[in-house]
Amino acid sequence: MRKKLLSMLMCMCLTAALLAGCGSKEDTTASKSADTETAEETTEASNGGYALVTKAAGNPYNEKMAEGFSDVIKELTGTDAIIKHPQAATADAQIEVINSLISQGVSSICIAANDENALQAVLEDAMNAGIKVSCLDSKTNSDSRMTFVNQAGTKEIGTTLMEAILDITGGEGQFAILSATSQATNQNAWIDAMKEAMETDDKYSKLELVEVAYGDDEPQKSTDQTQALLSNYPDLKVICAPTTVGIAAAAKVLQDQKSKVKLTGLGLPSEMAEYIGDDDAHSCPYMYLWNPIDVGRLGAYVSSALVNGEITGAAGESFTAGDMGDYEVVDAGDGGTEVILGAPFKFDPSNIEEWKTVY
Amino acid sequence: MKDKKSILGKITASREASLMIVLIILCFVIQMRNSSFLTPSSIGEMLKNNAVIMVMTLGMLNVLLLGGIDISIASTLALSGMSVGMLIKRGIVTNTFLCFMIAILIGAVCGAIVGLTISKGRVLPIIATMGFMYIFRGAAYMVSSDEWAGADALGSFKDFALNSVLGINNIIWIVIVCYAIFFIVMKWTKVGRMVYAVGSNREATMISGIRADRVEFFVYLIMGILSGLAGAMAVTVYASAQPNMMYAKEMDVIAACVIGGVSTTGGRGSVGGALIGALIIAIIAKALPLVGIDAIAQNTVKGLIILVVIVLNVVTQRTMDKNVLKGREM
Repeated sequence: MRKKLLSMLMCMCLTAALLAGCGSKEDTTASKSADTETAEETTEASNGGYALVTKAAGNPYNEKMAEGFSDVIKELTGTDAIIKHPQAATADAQIEVINSLISQGVSSICIAANDENALQAVLEDAMNAGIKVSCLDSKTNSDSRMTFVNQAGTKEIGTTLMEAILDITGGEGQFAILSATSQATNQNAWIDAMKEAMETDDKYSKLELVEVAYGDDEPQKSTDQTQALLSNYPDLKVICAPTTVGIAAAAKVLQDQKSKVKLTGLGLPSEMAEYIGDDDAHSCPYMYLWNPIDVGRLGAYVSSALVNGEITGAAGESFTAGDMGDYEVVDAGDGGTEVILGAPFKFDPSNIEEWKTVY
Repeated sequence: MKDKKSILGKITASREASLMIVLIILCFVIQMRNSSFLTPSSIGEMLKNNAVIMVMTLGMLNVLLLGGIDISIASTLALSGMSVGMLIKRGIVTNTFLCFMIAILIGAVCGAIVGLTISKGRVLPIIATMGFMYIFRGAAYMVSSDEWAGADALGSFKDFALNSVLGINNIIWIVIVCYAIFFIVMKWTKVGRMVYAVGSNREATMISGIRADRVEFFVYLIMGILSGLAGAMAVTVYASAQPNMMYAKEMDVIAACVIGGVSTTGGRGSVGGALIGALIIAIIAKALPLVGIDAIAQNTVKGLIILVVIVLNVVTQRTMDKNVLKGREM
């Protein structure tokens, strides 16, 4: 028994030592994630307040989105936004958060949904209580929201990527797509949009899509898949990877092998900074992603416009989003409406230095 | 009589030899389908891309020899890799050698905790390591503090995996050195033989005066050290440190061992077998996209190949056991 106790103690000591040794950084994270679920930033608002519910704590992308949201709310109302990061990326965790927001009596909730349908009941409750509900980044079904801030329309991404491929290949030649998993809904929608663009526009007629490979968002598998593409298609000109892990792994393979094949797609600037450049020494001339800060900012303007009664979330309405310009509410094709942020943001050698420090 | 064994007899008498045949057949079939497979650069790429799995297979061999299992290794890898990544990103440590040492140290601490819990706390290995799997992975997320370390932030550390000595990539050298050390230790040293002894008959070994719990602690410590090393290797090979790196890869490591003829009940297995097992896993991963198997079917085919090899293994083992008995009757 004593031996057991002793070993338990030693285990705990070692764990503590290990954690202490990992740097001082995680102290703040630990406490941050510990109290996010509880009453963080309860602005004593029994009436009013603009809330943002992200997918989960611990993701640089969500942090940036929240930053944009709070900035605009601060600017418009002079009060702090209510930012909620659920503990886990599940619908359950979000339901809990939304319930507490309803009892606080906030005026609007903007949410990046973890599940399309599971939040319907609680969000309907919120709307019945007079709270203006909108989504951003990832939507709920049309009954659970008033409108949705779409970071980039599926069609816009499809055509932007095809334009990039057309430009990099010089108008003709073979290209391949390196995706995440074969079931990833957003990836498949973008790839379908790319194929559709190829069918509808004649200028893409000399481009040939040779293969869609799946790297499962895993560096090891993505590396194998990229190397296989290179050896199976000696005439390949471009690889397009609309996934952050895949594009970084492919960029590394191409750059290390000094391959002539070029890369484009959707990637994180901080991960890709090393590979973006116009010369032959870099594998990726340019790539795209949306700007999470702008997603958050537009989410805040939409929340504000809903609360002020400027819009109700019906298609055809329009509003002004500060210095971002005018936006229109359009039909989302799922029975609801959406506001599209715009075409994806281009990262090239001229701006990558600035963006790699942001996210 | 026994000296005049036919070649066929020799082959069926050795697991490694029969595995080697599987390996050769596999290579041959793939080479027929795609001639770019057996080129020096392609083999080098394959070894580099699977170096992490190959190194960890050695540790898992030891753990399995004792009849244990360790499913926390991919998390240990992520914790050590992420820590090194963040240290470099923040500019605290830039020396490549020092980074490797830190990664190994973190792995050793993780391994020691696991080892103590299992050997002194007498917790079932699968339960204990399941707990640590979550703890270490969670710690990796905490270390990352919502950030990744990308190629740009990793400075000169990522060059290690690009440089080579005597025409062989540094990463492959690490694998070669590890396998050489383990081959010698497991075959010809007291420590190596003790692992086999405890694994095949724990009670008998304890009666003969060997401290089985110490051997057990030692085995998990080594596993931790190798996982820590693999963490640093993964960061330099992929020039990226993410808290979810190599998620669920412990299964590939266990599969490599089992393919290599390591018994999960303990006492049976060799460094040579583990090497061939790891190579087969590597070849499957490399070849499936090369031979043009439909993307969606690749995982199914991978599972099928693993299963076929293991069944072959079991059959060979049975014939071997039968042959031994035959010898006795005569």
